[in-house]
Amino acid sequence: MAGKVKDEILYDHNHDGIDRRGFLKCMAWAGTGALCVMSGGVLKSYSLSRLPELSPKEAMGELSFVQISDSHMGFNKPANPDVAGTLKAAVNKINALSAAPEFVLHTGDISHLSKPEEFDTVDQILKGAKPQDVFYVPGEHDVLNDDGKQFLERYGKGSKGAGWYSFDKKGAHFIGLVNVLNLKAGGLGTLGHEQLEWLEDDVKRLKHSTPIVVFAHIPLWSVYPEWGWGTEDSAVALAYLKKFGSVTVLNGHIHQVMQKVEGNVTFHTACSTAFPQPEPGKAASPGPMKVPAEQLKSVLGITDVNYVQGQHALAVVDSTLA
Amino acid sequence: MRRSVSIAVLVAALVTGMGTIAMGQNHFLAGAQEKPAATEVKIDNFSFGPATLTVPVGASVTWTNRDDIPHTVVSTDGVFKSKVLDTDEKFTFTFSKAGTYPYFCSIHPKMTGKVVVQ
Repeated sequence: MAGKVKDEILYDHNHDGIDRRGFLKCMAWAGTGALCVMSGGVLKSYSLSRLPELSPKEAMGELSFVQISDSHMGFNKPANPDVAGTLKAAVNKINALSAAPEFVLHTGDISHLSKPEEFDTVDQILKGAKPQDVFYVPGEHDVLNDDGKQFLERYGKGSKGAGWYSFDKKGAHFIGLVNVLNLKAGGLGTLGHEQLEWLEDDVKRLKHSTPIVVFAHIPLWSVYPEWGWGTEDSAVALAYLKKFGSVTVLNGHIHQVMQKVEGNVTFHTACSTAFPQPEPGKAASPGPMKVPAEQLKSVLGITDVNYVQGQHALAVVDSTLA
Repeated sequence: MRRSVSIAVLVAALVTGMGTIAMGQNHFLAGAQEKPAATEVKIDNFSFGPATLTVPVGASVTWTNRDDIPHTVVSTDGVFKSKVLDTDEKFTFTFSKAGTYPYFCSIHPKMTGKVVVQ
């Protein structure tokens, strides 16, 4: 798949082999492992097996962090009866990175059934990761039965509303959004009026050159609305981010890697550390994909994101657990 | 005199007849409550089957989650709301009033269905 990326460049504005406006389609199926480096708001991607070919500067930058997603602690069915084991494998992978990432982003579905012991297990496993700071946003599996009360108590310290917040790291502005609450019949993920107002206000003070990283559970772009893989009011949120030169949107939920570039915005979804889901429309439903045990770790993974300060570049690396 | 007797008989017959109808209805309702019609909705592959279920007043409907992923059964109008249903877990609701009851899975809102009670 990585070899295909070059073919999809429609017009090379900057003569750097990257098409800013066009569609950089890197549907690296979980298992192939994709490394993506963003430059000037555009993502470059490499397959994991090509990591050694990268210069340390390209691979590291000045800020690096890791995205993990969809741990689904408590899930115990085929194809993965050991989601704790595969999360530990992700942590080992994080700890094996040549330079320890600054922090970890978890893009939701920490638990499978919102049970306290499921959250406890994840917390315990992530304590073993070198980066001690973990930033969370809830998935729909984390807010079952209580509209997210427990999630807020555990992870929502200092957050606003249903758990949204922002923070700055080395010149980049990170925004955690919640789009899994108050879902309407027949609808998609929802951010809601209150959160959108907050977002508009949050980014008002920022310089246009500030790199923005938005993370939320359900994709903020229409991956496949037929399966609910999109967010109703994400266009409003993205409109507030239009003025920025570099915007990266990190999501989970769909348990597979997908990327696309739209103008200044690069969208990216991460693998699950628990179980894979089928390609959009390629199965009767988005239920767990059952794969042979020996293949499982190749379809689960972590995402490693590097930000090079001053160049406004972000690198998104997807590595599988195999 | 004769006439008034026949009116009285007629009235009596009418009252009795109405009573019988009313009793019949009562009997039917009581019967339905004692032994609800077996009505099942299966949750398979992220969908409710059947998507539209028609039942008599007083029927109890049971939803069974046969997916590997948890789902919920939530009335769009707030009439009923299940806890999260893990694999093979069930939720039952008894419909005592006629009407159309749309519902959805609050975790996967693309999943919708309705129960028509008549």
